[in-house]
Formats: sequence, C-alpha cells, structure tokens
Amino acid sequence: MSGFRLPQGGRIDRTRPLAFRYGGRSYAGFAGDTLASALIANGVSVVGRSFKYHRPRGIFAAGPEEPNAIVQLGARPNLKATQVALVDGLEAGPVNCWPGAGFDVGAAAGLLKRFLPAGFYYKTFMWPGWRWWEPMIRRAAGLGRVDPEAAMPDGQRRSLHCDVLVVGGGPAGIAAALAAGAEGARVVLVEQDPQLGGALLAADGAVIDAMPADTWLAAAIATLEARPDTRVLRATVAFGVYDHGLVAAVERERIVWKIRARHTVLATGAIERPIAFENDDLPGVMLAGAARTYLLRWAAAAGRRLLLFANNDDAYRTALAWTSRGLPVAAVVDPRRSPDGPLAEELRAAGVPITAGAVVERALGRRGVTGAVIRHATGGRTKAACDVLAVSGGRDPAVNLFVQGGGTLAWDAAVAAFVPAAGGQGMPAGAAAGAFALGRALADGHAAGAAAANVAAGTVPYAEDDVATPLQPTWYSGRDQSRCWVDRASDVTVADVVLAARESYVSVEHYKRYTTSGMSPDQGKSSAVVALALLGAATGRQPADVGTTRFRAPWDPVPLAALIGQDRGPQLRPVLHLPTHDRHAALGAMIEEYGGWMRPAAYPQGAESLDAAVFREAAAVRAGVGLFDASPLGKIEVRGPDAARFLDRMYVQRLSTLKPGRLRYAVAATEHGIVFDDGVVARLAEDRFLVGTTSGGAGRVFDAFEEWLQCEWVDLAVFVTPVTHQWGVVNVAGPEARALIAAAGTDIDLASAAFPHMTFREGTVAGIPARVSRVSFTGELSYEIAVPARRTAALWDALAAAGPMVPFGVEALMTLRIEKGYIHVGADTDGTTYPADCGFADAVARRNDDFVGRRSMRRPDALRGGRLQLVGLLPEAADATLHAGAHVVAAGGGSDGHVSSACRSPAMGRTIALAMVRDGRARMGEAVTVDDLGKTVAARIVAPVFFDPEGTRLR
Amino acid sequence: MLLIDCPWCGPRDEAEFRCGGEGHIARPDPDTADDATWAAYLFDRDNVKGLGFERWHHRHGCGRWFNVARDTVTHEIRAIYAMTDPKPTGGA
Amino acid sequence: MPRLAYSAFSLLRQGLNRHRGWPAAWRTPEPKAHYAAIVVGGGGHGLATAYYLARNHGVTDVAVLERGWLGGGNTGRNTTVVRSNYYFPASGALYDLALKLYEGLSRDLNFNIMLSQRGMLMLAHSAHELEFARRTVNAIRRNGIDCTLLDRDQVRRRLPILDMSPDARFPVVGGYRQARAGVARHDAVAWGYARAADARGVDIIQNCEVLGFIFEGGRVVGVETSRGAIRADRVGLAVAGHSGVLAAKAGFRLPITSYALQAFVSEPIKPILHEVVLSSATGVYVSQSDKGELVVGGGLDLHPSYSQRGNLPVVEGVMSGLVGMFPCFANLRMMRSWGGIVDVVHDSSPIIGPAPVPGLYLDCGWGTGGFKAIPAGGTLLAHVMATGEQHPIARPFGLERFRTGALVDEAAASGIAH
Repeated sequence: MSGFRLPQGGRIDRTRPLAFRYGGRSYAGFAGDTLASALIANGVSVVGRSFKYHRPRGIFAAGPEEPNAIVQLGARPNLKATQVALVDGLEAGPVNCWPGAGFDVGAAAGLLKRFLPAGFYYKTFMWPGWRWWEPMIRRAAGLGRVDPEAAMPDGQRRSLHCDVLVVGGGPAGIAAALAAGAEGARVVLVEQDPQLGGALLAADGAVIDAMPADTWLAAAIATLEARPDTRVLRATVAFGVYDHGLVAAVERERIVWKIRARHTVLATGAIERPIAFENDDLPGVMLAGAARTYLLRWAAAAGRRLLLFANNDDAYRTALAWTSRGLPVAAVVDPRRSPDGPLAEELRAAGVPITAGAVVERALGRRGVTGAVIRHATGGRTKAACDVLAVSGGRDPAVNLFVQGGGTLAWDAAVAAFVPAAGGQGMPAGAAAGAFALGRALADGHAAGAAAANVAAGTVPYAEDDVATPLQPTWYSGRDQSRCWVDRASDVTVADVVLAARESYVSVEHYKRYTTSGMSPDQGKSSAVVALALLGAATGRQPADVGTTRFRAPWDPVPLAALIGQDRGPQLRPVLHLPTHDRHAALGAMIEEYGGWMRPAAYPQGAESLDAAVFREAAAVRAGVGLFDASPLGKIEVRGPDAARFLDRMYVQRLSTLKPGRLRYAVAATEHGIVFDDGVVARLAEDRFLVGTTSGGAGRVFDAFEEWLQCEWVDLAVFVTPVTHQWGVVNVAGPEARALIAAAGTDIDLASAAFPHMTFREGTVAGIPARVSRVSFTGELSYEIAVPARRTAALWDALAAAGPMVPFGVEALMTLRIEKGYIHVGADTDGTTYPADCGFADAVARRNDDFVGRRSMRRPDALRGGRLQLVGLLPEAADATLHAGAHVVAAGGGSDGHVSSACRSPAMGRTIALAMVRDGRARMGEAVTVDDLGKTVAARIVAPVFFDPEGTRLR
Repeated sequence: MLLIDCPWCGPRDEAEFRCGGEGHIARPDPDTADDATWAAYLFDRDNVKGLGFERWHHRHGCGRWFNVARDTVTHEIRAIYAMTDPKPTGGA
Repeated sequence: MPRLAYSAFSLLRQGLNRHRGWPAAWRTPEPKAHYAAIVVGGGGHGLATAYYLARNHGVTDVAVLERGWLGGGNTGRNTTVVRSNYYFPASGALYDLALKLYEGLSRDLNFNIMLSQRGMLMLAHSAHELEFARRTVNAIRRNGIDCTLLDRDQVRRRLPILDMSPDARFPVVGGYRQARAGVARHDAVAWGYARAADARGVDIIQNCEVLGFIFEGGRVVGVETSRGAIRADRVGLAVAGHSGVLAAKAGFRLPITSYALQAFVSEPIKPILHEVVLSSATGVYVSQSDKGELVVGGGLDLHPSYSQRGNLPVVEGVMSGLVGMFPCFANLRMMRSWGGIVDVVHDSSPIIGPAPVPGLYLDCGWGTGGFKAIPAGGTLLAHVMATGEQHPIARPFGLERFRTGALVDEAAASGIAH
C-alpha cells in the first residue's frame, strides 16, 4: 500500500473528483485517471491474482500490455485496468480469486507449484481417466464472469476511405499525419489511447521545435483538428490488417471501423520488456516506462522509494522523473559496465547512485516488494530497500499489425529486438520501426507521412536526441529459474521455458503451446521476446533463429458487440414478409420461417392445436375452397430467341415443345445430376417464359441460369429477370375455387373447356390485372392468381369477401400434396437424389439431347441397384403414426431408407407417408418395419399417391 | 477482405461477390466423355498455390461473371478479364 | 515405451528433482538414405500413421517428414471437436473408429490428450430442421452410434443461457445430441503420437520439406527433400491443405480445393458452457475449453486460399451467429483468431487409399473435420501402406468414387455443417 498521489501535476482534472469502488472498497480518483492509475494513487498494490498459482499481483504496465490487472467491470469480464477510463460510480473488482485479491483461497495452488510445471497435465490424470479429473481442473478455469442476464451492449460497423491512414498518435504518428495532410490529402489518424501524444504524455522536459513538447503537441493537435480532411479517432484500437490493406479498428469498444486507405503508416510505438529475476512478479515490480507514465501523466507514484533495474539509457528517465519529484531513488542497477551517456550524468548529478555491471537477482517481500538483492560484477551481493522496483530490458517495436499485413522482421542487435524488415501493407514509422529516440521518431514519422501522401517533405519536426550508451541484451538475472517469471499472465517461469526446450518443444510455436505463454488477454505483448530469447539460450540459438510466433488479429481483444454491429435480433439475416402478412396475423396465423420467408404454418382457431388446425384446413380445401398465400414461389422471366433452347438445357423435361399459354411441371438437376429444384413453367410467348421455382430456390435457380448463360453458353441470346418480389400470388384451391373467383369478379372465362388444367391466362381478378395459372399442388381444382405485389392484399381481401373460404397454411398444403404424392424438393429429395430416384426416370429416358446433369445421371452409381426410390408407406394399423425421419429397417439391421414426409391425412383418415426406400419401386406391397427412436411400426410399401390417383379432381 | 475491381462497377468489397471456383474448365462433350473424363471435369482441380485463375460473380452488384487471376497465397489480384477471354499469359 | 513413462508418480519424483530428469519427448534424428516407409506430413494424421505402422504392422523403419514443426498445420489449428454422429454407415464406421481409438488414446500413448466427452448438441430451429434431425438421429442409431433427439425443454435444461425466446431470430425447437462427442487437446494428440512413434523407432524429421518425388519404372520410390533425397519402399501423403500441391509434384490432380478455415477464442471466463453446441441455421459452433476460453468456429472463408490468415467478413458472420445463440456473450471479446488450410472435397468426405501412381498412398480431403478423424486416418493409411490392401472401413473412401459417382455426401444427406 505504498502508492500515492502527488499533490500537483499530471494530466488529471483535480476539479473533478470521481468516486469508485474496487473489490468492494471505496476509493477516489480524478477525471483523466484510468482505473489503474487511480488504484495506484489510492495505494492499492495487490489488484488481482495470477491465473495458475493465484499469486498476488500488482499493476505492471500502463497500456494494453498489462498482464496482471485483469478486472471485471459490471457485466464485462477481463478488461485491463490500464484501459478502463475512470468514471464516477465505477464498480470493478479482481477476477479469478475468492474471497478477494488480498486473501485468495486459490493460493493453495501455489503451494503445489513445484509439481505443476508447464504441461504437467499431459503427464498425469490418465488414471482413472481424464473424465474423473477434468471437473476439478475446470473449476479453476477462467478469469472473469459472464452475466447471463446482462443487456447486450450497442455496437456498429462503419466504413471509412482515405488517402493515408496513420495508426498511432504518438510523436511519429502525429508527425506522419501532419506531413500527410499538409496538402489536403484525406488523412485518418487512429490512436488507442483517449489522448493523442503517446510517449509525449509522459515525457519530462522534452523539447520539440524549440518549444516544450506539450506546447508542440497542443499546436499539432490543433492543426490536425483544423484540417477539414483529417479525421482523428481517439480511443480507437486498430486490431487487424486484412487483405488488400483493409485495417479494422474499434472505437471506444463500440464501433468497428473498416478503413481502406491508399497508404497506411504504422506508427504503433514500442512495448517495453522486463528482465526476469526471482520473485519479479511481486506487486511493486513494474515496467520502468509504466512507473514513469503513472508518475508524470497521472501524478500517481507507485511507491515511495524506487529501485531501477535497466540495461538501457531510456529507462533512466524514470529515475530522473522520480528524483525530480523529490522522491528517493535507492539505486539504478545496470548490467552495462560503463553507462555514461548524458542521462547517466544527469542522474549522477542528481545524486542517484548507478550500480554498473550489476543485476537484480531477486526481489524481496511477500505481498509487495520491500527490497532487492543486487548481484555485482564481482559476484558479491548487496541488498537495497525499495517499494517500487522498475525494470526495463529494452523495447520491442509493436510489429503485430505490420506482420499481419505481410511484413517480415529482422533481428536488430543494436536494440536487441525484432524490427520491421521488408514488405507488408503498411509503412512502419518511429518506435514501431525501431527509431526509439524522439528526434528520430519525429523525422521518421514525418518522412513516412509525406511519402504516403506523396507530398513534398516540408519542415521536419525537430528534437535533439541524446547520445545513448548501447543497450546490453539482458534476459534473465535470477538464480532459481522457477522463481523468475517470463509470462505473468500465464504464470510461465524461466524454468518452464527450459523444461519445454529439454522436452523437445524447441520450435517457438511448440514452446508457446506447451507453456501456454502469450495466450492470455495481454497476448504476451511484454513477454514474447524475452521468452524466445530464453528459448534460444536454452537451445543454443540466437533470437533471430528462434523467430517469433505468428502475429494474428486481433492486436488487442475486440468486443463482440462491436464486431457484430447490427447483425443481431431481426437484422441477423433478415427475413422476408408476405405482402399480406398483416392479414395472416389478423387471422391468428401461427407464423414461422420457411426458407427465409415468414409464412403462416396454420391458422389455429381459439385453443385449437397446430395438428388439429392443419387437419381442419386440409379437409376444408378438399370440401370447399381455401386461400393460400403463395407469393414466395420463385418467379423468373426468361426471354429471348434462344429462351426455349436454354430451358431445354436447364430442365429434365423438354420445354421447347410447350405451347404458348400452357404450363408444364419441370425438374432441374445440378451438373452432378442431383435434383436441384422443381416448379411449373409457363410459356407466355414464343420467346418468353415464366419459370416457377420452389420458394427457397428462387435465388439459386436464378444464379444457376446466369452462371450457365454467362460462363458456358455465351452464344445463347437469353435474358433472365427474377420477378419473385414483383408479384404477389394467392392460390385458390378446392372444388369451389372457380365459384369463389367468379364471385370476386373476373374477365377470364374460368370454364374448364376455356381454361383447362395446366394453362395460363391474363386478365383481371377483382379488378386487378392478374396472371392466372391453373395449376395444382393440392390435387384440387386450383388457380394461382399473380398480381402486382402491392395489390396482393386487395386481391386477398376481395377473394376472402367473395364467399365462404378457409385460409390454409404451409402445413395443410404439405398434407394435401403428400396425399397426392407430389414431392417437396428438400424434404423428399436430398443432395443424393437423382430425378430417376423420385419418379422421373421416364422423363430422363425420353430425352435424347443434353441437359444439365444428364451425363452424371449415367454414371455407374446412378444406375446401380439398391438406390433409394420414392414410394408410399402405409402403417399396417390404421391408428399407427409415422414420423418423417423414421427409418425403414434393413434385413441386416441397418437402414433401408427413411420416411421423407408424413402426415395425418383427412382424406384417408390415417397417417400416410412418402419414403425413400432401397429399391422401393420393386418392393410394392412388401411389409416393412419402420423404426423411430427405438419404437417400431409395421408398414407396407405402396404407390406414392394416396388420393385421387387418376387426377379426376384436377379436371 | 479483398477489394475486387468489378469491370462494370469498380472496386468493391469481396462481400458483394461470390467466388465460382476455378475458371477455364472446359465442359467435355457429354455424349462422348467416359466416366473418368467426366469425373475430372466435375471434380479434379489444379488448386494452385500461387497464381490461380478463378471465375467470380458480382452477386450483390451488377450480376456479371468475370475471370480473376489471383494469387492464392497473398490474395493479390493480378488481372481481371472477361469470361470469354483466354488465360492471361506472361506477366499477368 | 518412452524412456520415462508419464504418471502422477514420475511427476511427483521429478517435482522433487526440479524436473531436471524429463527426457526429450522425441529425438531429432538425421534422415537416413532409405526407409521402409515414409510418411509426408507431421501433423496428427501423419504421426498417427507412423505410430500405427509400428504398432499394428511392426513396420518401424519409418520416417515422418515435416516441412515445419510437428502439428503445425490443421492439427494445431482447429476447434478440437471429436464426434461420430454421421449419417451414412460408411462415415459412421470411419468416425466411430476414430472416436473409439480416441477413447483409449491417453493410455495407449501414455500422454494425456484430455479427451473430454462432454457431449455435442446440434440445435434445430424449425419444424423442418427437427424432421431432419429426427432422420439423422435414427440413421446414426442404426449405425450403432449413440445419439438422442431432444425437445425444446431438454435443450433448455442443458443450455440455460441459450436464447430460447420464441421471437429469437433462430428460435430453438429442439436438437440432437451425441453424448460421446466432445473435445480433446489438439496439440497433445500430435505430441502424444510423436512421442509414442519415436519410442517405437520412428524417425521424426522436422524442417524437412518434400520438393518432389523419385520415380523408378513409374513407381514412387522416394522423395526429394530440402535435406536431400530419401528413398522408401512406399510413401504416404498426409498433408491436409497442401494435398493438391504435392499431388501436382507427383504428376496428378485431386478433386480437392484448398480453403482457409478460421477459428476464434474469447478471453477465459468462468465455466458457463458445458457442451459443444452447433446451430444448424448459422453453422456456428462453440465450446468452452478447460482454460475457460470460448472456442468458436463457423464456415469457410469465401474463396480458395493457401493463406493461414482469415478474413473479416467471416469473423463478423461467425460472431453474430454466436451472439444470436447466446446473447450474453455480446459482453465478451475476441482474443485470438487463426486460420488453417483445409482440403475441400465435393462430398465433404476424405480420400484414403492408393494414389493414381504406384507406391504412393493418400490420406487427405478431410475438409474441416480432420482432427476428429486422426486415429482413424492413421490406422487406415498405415493399413494400406503396410498391406497394399484397403482396410474395409476405408474402401468407400477411395479415389474411384469420383468416377463412379458413389459419393459419401454427409452434407447432402443430413444438413450437418462439417
């Protein structure tokens, strides 16, 4: 509990105090704080527990690389405290500990730590079986919690196009945006922090263009915001680079931006890495840059007395900032023999002792750091007291997006880090390109921005860079490897790295998977390079030869609510509604989705069950007349001099012989010979057809027509137009159909002689221009009346008012067509059914010219015996039931086919079924056993037409 | 996400398109092709790793089919050409 | 057996010894000039083939050649689902062979592959889908494999966080479930086979890319590799995603197109989902790992690809499907994504058996479902390589089915997304 708020300074608004709670306790912070900075300012040192061993952990970093401070914020689990902006009344808490972060029962796991090395679970739990052990392991799983009752957060997806996208609003990114937009190019600058500035937000005494960095920053931001064609997106995390340069970013966790830029500058900065030493996961051990950032940006000191362990000059700034605020610095421990740059001089001048050629071997303390053991070049050891141990092993360019975009990396010995080498869809700049010093970063960013916008170089922002003593690569300085942490988030130690190497997991991908290193919410941002350097050391390889694991999207976890945008609720794959939807709803229809359309399944009356309603409706159609909304039936107009020739090639039945004004039923197959769709085709004129398709098939049939016309038969003069949605269709079916239409008023002569079955007329019905097809899917006298879609309701109303009728739904239609043995493509057929299997063998045989799929129908498997063929099935007992999906039991106990459609038939007074049965057509009259979920029914194979086999009712 | 330069509509996101698979597959004469020839037409593919030739359909746009020469590793589009054009050669 | 058997006892002993005594899981041998058999591809299928060549057929003079690192292909890039709820008897026999072997694999290999038979539930969203589910359940049961049809309430009891409201975009009307289905730790399968094969004398050679084939008298007698020529009496190919590339090197084409398949992981959360769940409407499936992450998968990317990098539209589609099923997951975040290259075959069934050129044998075409089949793929490829004869279970899956038209089209018959 040693952190505190400095009395002045920082980029916080002290006039706006905020109250918040963490882990059940009340605290106070200020506007501008993050949850992490406020916790530090309030002296909260233990903020959570580690994933595996439940060790107490404190805040380690100040950005998205934070491995320890994973918090639950209301319904949202696993946020990093460093990324949570403080608001008044915020209520958060640690994850994965009980009862709290301070005392956690799960810490018992830490006692067994020596028996639980990386991959221990692969070596045990095999007896009595994983089934026995898994529930125990599983109880320990996970970090935060999902609240099943929580509301769904808002989310959006938006697109953005620009000339130059700059990712990262630090000095390099700002310089790039300034340069790129100087001549009016459209520039987008995205920054993951709510504030622009990056490292400048925690830079003490930096000078740019001869003015304080803060002044320069304010002027630069003002310039950018004054430009009409520059757009700045703050709190926006660019998380992925996709094909052809698309960058995806998420703003304030709510809006996913899909940004297409001509050029992208990746000024994504660098991430500091630690050096591993014993007990380096103690609260109070933190990255040097983070300690400095908390102090300067938020006026939050992580402790009273600092010990800095660093192998590079830049980290010295942390000690300088510390001492300049009047806080004691115990020592700077530096493995380099003679650190003597200007920063070292400044420190010495400030009276800070620099212990050169030394390392921190071990942090002291139990629940927070109280000191450190320093091992000197001589081998001697001394102790130093401190309550903040800042560590820096150098910095790693944030290359994730660069590599996602196809860039390759090279090991740069000067900074001991992987830096962008070549390729890629984005131009790295500044620290992201290894240019860590401020002056270099500004110049680099400026050059990248100018090049991206292809504008003249202009004036480069200038900052003087100190001459630095080269960094000395240092990865690990403890003795007991099992106490030196590499990946805090996943509880991986140096010993685990060495064990993985010993056990053959020497590929960096194997190592990662074996130890689970880098797989936690921080994604190994601060640990990955340390890990691979240690893996290299354990296997005698240089880091360059070890390589990195593959960088993938997302750079930082992306909220699903934003990713899904508005693809939710009814907008998730929107459905189609009938033009007469309101009429059906008013009639009490039970409306369900059929192939993307919301359609009446049936119209139950009062307390009537669905089955009873279906039975009643089907019976009423046979006895009188019913109305059915058939608008979803697909309708495609096919026109042109070659229309007939084309349709002959698309359908099993020949259509060129159809006479104008007549209709013909036709089945389409795929090139694989499989039943694809069916429908009734009308020939409107010599060169003009109206092709009917199934409701679900309208789109795919149209697509198939276009594909064959555009890709194969480019010589055919045919024009295809989908018109499904232009026409509403009401089907009037039943012996009283003619009377009902006549009563509604029509100028078409409905007499059978004038308008026979399978013909087509145009005229008016109820005063509405209509195309009327005399066609039946019910076996009854039936007319399909198509009118302009917006007049469908008027037609429906006129027909409904013209006389007694019963509205019937899809399920009654199914009952009626099963009684007639009409197939329903997709129910009676599936992706294995040839036309010959379901009753069209003769139609196929009649054709002597080619059509799509014909050749495939002559392959050995299509012609073999033992195919499933369409038959009828009748249960032997009149009161027995058959369900679609039941199987016919084969002699050997396997399946001899299945019931493809079944219903309780009003006409037959019993259950009837259509079935696809092995060699079915040769087995007429045979008794079979049908099994349905263990219940068997005796049934008989019959012809697949149960009602009016002669079709007298159609005529 | 591919940016495909539809010859009729200009550059659009891949979500508007449908990939129709390998292009330039000749349909054999169905009356003379033996089963093996027919099977090769239906199923066998070059499945090139690198520069491949495909046909694409601007499904949610103009509805036209066209050919695309595309690298299946980098996804870079090298050429877009009409259905009736031959495979580009040389530097395509 | 490996040099030091894995057990709770050895873990305890090594714990006291600071784990200094664990040996290498496998050797790093130099390739020999000749082997009795070469298996190209060090993924699950290839390593399993080598293991079963040694264990079932006594052929231990075997090399596994891997271009990169073991298990680095689809074995290490899938959603770890295992199941055998297939429609056709041929598929049922194949995948249940795999599942049965999985059930004994941890002890067989002395490597805990963490097979978790927590059950897999396929949701049905309409009366029509429920009819199909019923047909599928009956077929699976006739194949002798466990499967249960569930009504709406039974689904609700198993998945209380599922959106069961009638006005959900895809209302749930029921589903079916295979209790023996579940998940296994994918890397462990590769590593376990590798360690066990190595212990039986198999040479596992990583970073060894096959550049071409050596022919003599029209027969494959070895391979040219980045580490020189290696000859063998017979060569097996188990290189999912790149089957077509290697086939081209051997001079033939395959009925395969390579696509990228993505998978996604959320941050780890406390256990809330105890089944593998698949929605037939969206093709999205999800399970929760023993680490707490949601592991989510869906359909293929939209075009053929050899890039192990996924594309954004599929991410959006899969995640919206997931949230459509489980609205409370909208508060989660996607933490990792990855892509594998899968062999897509017209009938979504594998190709196992002799290649068009003598001396070469195929195990490919597994589409998006290769992980669940690893033990079977290995057993069957080992069988045909060792005996020259197709194992009865492999017979329906040979290349000749494309000529005859005798496809085994699971997607066509059952509506199951693979």
